[in-house]
Amino acid sequence: MQKLLLLGDEAIAQGALDGGMSGIYAYPGTPSTEITEYVQGSKFATEKNIHSQWSANEKTAMESALGMSYAGKRSMVCMKHVGLNVAADAFVNSSITGVNGGLIIVSADDPSMHSSQNEQDSRFYANFAMIPVLEPSNQQEAYEMAYYGFELSEKFKLPVMIRITTRLAHSRAGVETLELKKQNEVSLPSNLRQFVLLPAIARKNYKTLLANQAGIEEASEQSKYNKYIDGSDKKIGVITTGIAYNYLMENFQDKELNNPVIKICQYPIPRNMVMKMVEECDKILVIEEGAPIIEESLKGYQEAGTPIVGRLDGTLPRDGELNPNLVAKALGHETILDGTIPELVKNRPPSMCVGCGHIDAYEALNLAIADYGVGRVFADIGCYTLGALPPYNAINSCVDMGASITMAKGAADAGLVPSVAVIGDSTFTHSGMTGLIDCVYEKSPVTIIISDNFTTGMTGGQDSKALGKIEDICRGIGVEPDHIRVLKPLKKNMDEMVQIMKEELAYNGVSVIIPRRQCVQTMKNKKLAQQLINLNLK
Amino acid sequence: MKTDIILAGVGGQGILSIAATIGMAALHNDLHLKQAEVHGMSQRGGAVQSNMRISDKEIASDLIPMGAADIILSVEPMESLRYLPFLKKGGWLVTNTTPFINIPDYPEAEEIMAEIKKQKNFIAIDADKIASELGSKRSSNIVMLGAASPFFEMSFESFEEGIRQIFGRKGEDIVNTNLKALRAGREFAEKNR
Repeated sequence: MQKLLLLGDEAIAQGALDGGMSGIYAYPGTPSTEITEYVQGSKFATEKNIHSQWSANEKTAMESALGMSYAGKRSMVCMKHVGLNVAADAFVNSSITGVNGGLIIVSADDPSMHSSQNEQDSRFYANFAMIPVLEPSNQQEAYEMAYYGFELSEKFKLPVMIRITTRLAHSRAGVETLELKKQNEVSLPSNLRQFVLLPAIARKNYKTLLANQAGIEEASEQSKYNKYIDGSDKKIGVITTGIAYNYLMENFQDKELNNPVIKICQYPIPRNMVMKMVEECDKILVIEEGAPIIEESLKGYQEAGTPIVGRLDGTLPRDGELNPNLVAKALGHETILDGTIPELVKNRPPSMCVGCGHIDAYEALNLAIADYGVGRVFADIGCYTLGALPPYNAINSCVDMGASITMAKGAADAGLVPSVAVIGDSTFTHSGMTGLIDCVYEKSPVTIIISDNFTTGMTGGQDSKALGKIEDICRGIGVEPDHIRVLKPLKKNMDEMVQIMKEELAYNGVSVIIPRRQCVQTMKNKKLAQQLINLNLK
Repeated sequence: MKTDIILAGVGGQGILSIAATIGMAALHNDLHLKQAEVHGMSQRGGAVQSNMRISDKEIASDLIPMGAADIILSVEPMESLRYLPFLKKGGWLVTNTTPFINIPDYPEAEEIMAEIKKQKNFIAIDADKIASELGSKRSSNIVMLGAASPFFEMSFESFEEGIRQIFGRKGEDIVNTNLKALRAGREFAEKNR
């Protein structure tokens, strides 16, 4: 047994490696990125040939992980919560196919939207797909759940979700490791039609999934990660999920806790445990990080019975991340909720780096588009989203990966001509290419700026699948070669950039402009430097 | 024993190297540790903080409650004030005085110093200057750690051990430079507390 100091993300990766994983699949997304990066950096993983390359997007990652499971090996797929929307088709159907080798889906939620567009709760998805969820309350559990999750998955022949939130993903603590398990050998599913979701087979598989529910609920009742901690004061019982348990306990470091507490870290909800508390206590306080899922389901049972309080009645805030002070208030303890910060302290929002190529691209675009007026630039997810802030004020939308191109198309269809899309290289190969096909098919009057910095920048400079391929992809999709224009975004090239952008804005069809310059954050990346030389991009 | 520290700064200033050194020092003492960091968007020049908790008992929350931090350790003066609600009564505010100005409405240096001086317990140190004098501008974060070190319930030797662990790979010279930086910060704090 070894003790390591690990982020929650890293603990999951180490747990999966020790638990016999043969491959990990992912697209970078805060706060999930470090799981895959840890495997990429692991000497052990390299020696054992464990797959860890990035995927083009979360859907391709999910499908590849399912394929590895089909072939009998243990696989993991990781994403941020909104990535699960991208992977949803494959994800939901993976509960109908079931698995062969153990399959774990890690979804990292971001309550309070530290780095995201929404704070959706992945437990809804797992509930929808009817699969077990493991929600660690600390780094040790994160490690163990990845390790144990493969067994759980193979026992029920179902994919298993590990749900974490930003706080655990990016918090470090000591973790004790378990004995290394061997990887599975390649083996075909015993029924070679298990994964063929023809309606007749899907209906049969779905009945199996329904029949499995009693078993996975019983596993939750018996799980060592779910605990009923009895207490003599039955006036109020407390139900916590995941890391919310820590915020409860933080308030009893120097006080006695006499109320019954249920700590839930494995789902489906252990119904017997919860019903025992509902029957014994006068009132239930539900503390869950994320959406009020348990609270809502209890209210359903208990409309006229035991009062249930939590996020829905205002005892806890309906949105945002929990913390020890919010929980103290919910418990009726004296606490501070918002202390005063001296007035002179100004906001310091994130901004594009000094010397960033996106900045020059936006300055050129702002000049080129001035004659047409504001309000026609649809952007995407990445560092260039920061172009929304002063002094650039350059963009008017940021919705989801790839939405720049298709929203520009829709706006152009409505008569807003020209419409402009701004998208990064990695986001383009994640979800932009299919939208470009729609534009080309209809010869839509859109100007698409693919701001190419050779990397996935916002998440820390991971590989970009678009490297060296953007012009070929655009030509292959059918963009006219004369309307694919490459620029070097530098101050000294400003006049030329503005001129080219003006020409393409005036063109009544699909144009692709590629401002191309290396991300300043990746200048020390030796592997990338060599790739750029090989591709003649430097 | 228990020490709760808020580490503060601006994305890119490298507060995580301070955190890593404290982490090593804590491990050297067989202490429990939880350290919550900020990754992602804020790392691009935004306000960043890290909640670091060290204890000889098991630690519950990854986040420090408001009004409970023993130390705010900030590598930037305005950022030191952003987390004041987290500082407990009698806690120490330890801050670098060299500003990092990347916003148009950054306040005047004197106004910031006046706010810092309202604190009962504070150390305001020009860590960049001290580090430059030692010949290594990049060690200013370690000067800051040295300046905060008297307010931890951990021996100075454990911080030195942390430095050796973290910088050992980079060679003896780097280790020695950082050890000097650590001592210089410590001496300043001892004289000015």
